[in-house]
Amino acid sequence: MMDEDRLSREEFSIPVELQRQVAIATLDKIYNWSRRNSLWPMMFGLACCAIEMIGAAAGRYDFSRFGTEVMRPSPRQADVMIVSGTVTKKMIPTIVRLYNQMGEPKYVIAMGACASGGGPFKEGYNVVPGVDRFVPVDVYIPGCPPTPQALLYGLIALQKKIDTESIKTARWYKKEPSVPIPIPVLGPDLIDPRDLSAIKERSQKKSQEEPEAATGDEEGIVHVS
Amino acid sequence: MSVEKPVVSLADLCSRYEGLLVPDERQGFEGYLISPDHLISFCRSLRDDVGYDYLSSVTGVDNFPAEQMEVVYHFYRTTGGPSFNLKLQVSRHNPVVPSLVPLYPGADFQEREAWDLLGIRFEGHPDLRRIMMWEGFEGFPLRKDWREPFFEDEAKPFKSRWPDGQVIRSEDQNPYKNNVRYPNDFDPEQWTPVGDDALYKGMLNLSQNIQSEFKTDQIVVNLGPQHPSTHGVFRMVVVLEGETVLSLKPVMGYLHRNHEKIGERNTFLQNMPFTDRLDYISSMSNNFGYALAVEKLMGIRPPERAEYIRVMMAELTRFLNHIFSIGFLLNDLGAFFTPALYAIEERELILDVFEAVSGSRMMCNYFRFGGVARDLPDGVLEKIKELVNDRLPRKLEEFERYLTKNDLVRIRCEGVGVLSPEEAIALSAAGPILRASGVPYDVRRADPYSIYDRFDFDVAYGLHGDIYDRYLVRVEEMRQSLRILKQVVRDIPEGPIMSGKPQYQARVPPGEAYGRVEGPKGELGFYVVSNGKPNPWRYHVRAPSFINLTSLATMAKNQKIADVVAILGSIDIVLGEVDR
Ligand code: SF4
Repeated sequence: MMDEDRLSREEFSIPVELQRQVAIATLDKIYNWSRRNSLWPMMFGLACCAIEMIGAAAGRYDFSRFGTEVMRPSPRQADVMIVSGTVTKKMIPTIVRLYNQMGEPKYVIAMGACASGGGPFKEGYNVVPGVDRFVPVDVYIPGCPPTPQALLYGLIALQKKIDTESIKTARWYKKEPSVPIPIPVLGPDLIDPRDLSAIKERSQKKSQEEPEAATGDEEGIVHVS
Repeated sequence: MSVEKPVVSLADLCSRYEGLLVPDERQGFEGYLISPDHLISFCRSLRDDVGYDYLSSVTGVDNFPAEQMEVVYHFYRTTGGPSFNLKLQVSRHNPVVPSLVPLYPGADFQEREAWDLLGIRFEGHPDLRRIMMWEGFEGFPLRKDWREPFFEDEAKPFKSRWPDGQVIRSEDQNPYKNNVRYPNDFDPEQWTPVGDDALYKGMLNLSQNIQSEFKTDQIVVNLGPQHPSTHGVFRMVVVLEGETVLSLKPVMGYLHRNHEKIGERNTFLQNMPFTDRLDYISSMSNNFGYALAVEKLMGIRPPERAEYIRVMMAELTRFLNHIFSIGFLLNDLGAFFTPALYAIEERELILDVFEAVSGSRMMCNYFRFGGVARDLPDGVLEKIKELVNDRLPRKLEEFERYLTKNDLVRIRCEGVGVLSPEEAIALSAAGPILRASGVPYDVRRADPYSIYDRFDFDVAYGLHGDIYDRYLVRVEEMRQSLRILKQVVRDIPEGPIMSGKPQYQARVPPGEAYGRVEGPKGELGFYVVSNGKPNPWRYHVRAPSFINLTSLATMAKNQKIADVVAILGSIDIVLGEVDR
């Protein structure tokens, strides 16, 4: 972790017999160092990107070299949630619940175009355009699917982010308990509980503007036969 | 297996229904139209007397703005031959058709899908609930007048984007600034979600009358949607008595990405990369099926070299898929990840080939109408030769040496999850599932496409219909794929790889086409209807892993819960294709 010559620095008086054997670092550094090198991802694949995630776990790319080897099927034991694929409206309540169940400190990686912003399926009626609408994302990885190298790069980026954190400001050492994210509800369409009043207001405004329910305009569509 | 001689010929049956059965005479269409009243009796004769025992696909077409909805059926004989297409036309306002589930149980999920997405009600269906979307969802999304919240225009390319190249953020266009839409005057605080209680209750009632000495309780257990054994986001609701599964219902749709709705807005060629994302483990096979369907409509055939390249890619894909699925079957049996690591090692080598020819490891987007996107780069053919003549056969032997005679594998797999040949046919199972049950039906042989009639290969099939036979069938298919590949690399000619000039906009004449290939998971079919415009009017995928799941409940009945995990693994599903 530290170069030889930075061991046992002058400004600290270290007994002779311990010199070159004791390392001095800040608590933050030790704390971050141990966390960044044991990021356990949740074993949780959503779509095509998950296959590349498996590829990254396998022999050729082997992300265990970066401390990520232990994939945990349980959210309670996981540190990082790799959202690997398209997030659909039907799935998002489960994803939010899993995120809430993860113990702090927890991180989220949005792997691929779909998880980052809807990707090729953004216009779909059952697709959430980016998982960041519901859970906070730490690292976005572009690509469709991102290659295993890109995933490794994303994990390294997350490690760099962890390096900058400090025990003093970490949210999981704050006095007040962390607030779980409200779980979306499946209604006539997906309902975000944080938006209830806005939804009500807008759907009433909409009905004043266009009293008739919108139907398809006939022009431009020609019968097949 | 039902290979009795047909009692009546198809022509005889059709003439018996003279007047009730009308040939579909629209230009470019084929098959017959029948009225809903005679559907059941006709299909019964079709199955029992003429031998069309396999209902391959059921789907609907919305003929908006005509007040008409169409239901399209494709039947086959498991003894081979072309399809028989049957259509029903019903009013769009209240489309009701008799369900074919009593005759062909394989129609179960497909009819639910047509109900969910098109609002066609199938009378007599035992469990007509939504399948892709959730209960309570507003509207039937595949109807032509239903618009998604991020609707911009009826068809692509959108005028805003092309040729001007502006960017419009769909969020800014939507009143809720999000990908949602609610009915007018909707009050979310008054909403009570439709839960799964009805589903659970129904399942418990179904299995209530069991006699036992001991008083035992039945419990409902959910496996998934986040569960390491489900190969993605898939959920199984099981009713357990002790450890024995009394009944099982799959719940899906957690990866429903609206493939068909998006596909009908896309131009024909724009759909090609989307097909990659169906069965994302074997993208090349998906390209193949879609290219065949559209080429049928356009009436073109690719040049020789392209045909060889296509077969080469499709067979490499089959090898890749099977070795991957066996690796993960072992995962499900408890041999965690080590066999999968062996499989992935070979997979990476094949992915290197794909990356070299198409530029992407997984999402190849390599086929074009009338050929393939580009020729093999230098050195790739040599690499493939090395793979199929040396490396892959050697590794396959090694794989087999570890697994085939392995006692643990045999104890866990033999006699578990049995599907009889009759059940397999009735449930419209396809691919290795159907063949492992003793029905040697392979589209490459039964209804040859591309240039498969030129190659020597055997159709692998099993006798017991259990997990172990499915494993053996997959292993044998890998061997046969290598056999085909050896012939391909020996015979591949030089020449062009595209018939005609490459075009961005395919000109597709009006009509319908059903292109099917023997994908690694089974019969993969694309049903495409064109009205002469740049976009398909209807685009439907007959997804083998979706329909194979229909037989999961039958296989899992009275098995132990731990075996259900292995049974699911032996079906080899990919959620991208199940949910689309
Ligand atoms: S980003 Fe691409 S590869 Fe990843 S889940 Fe989405 S469609 Fe699949």
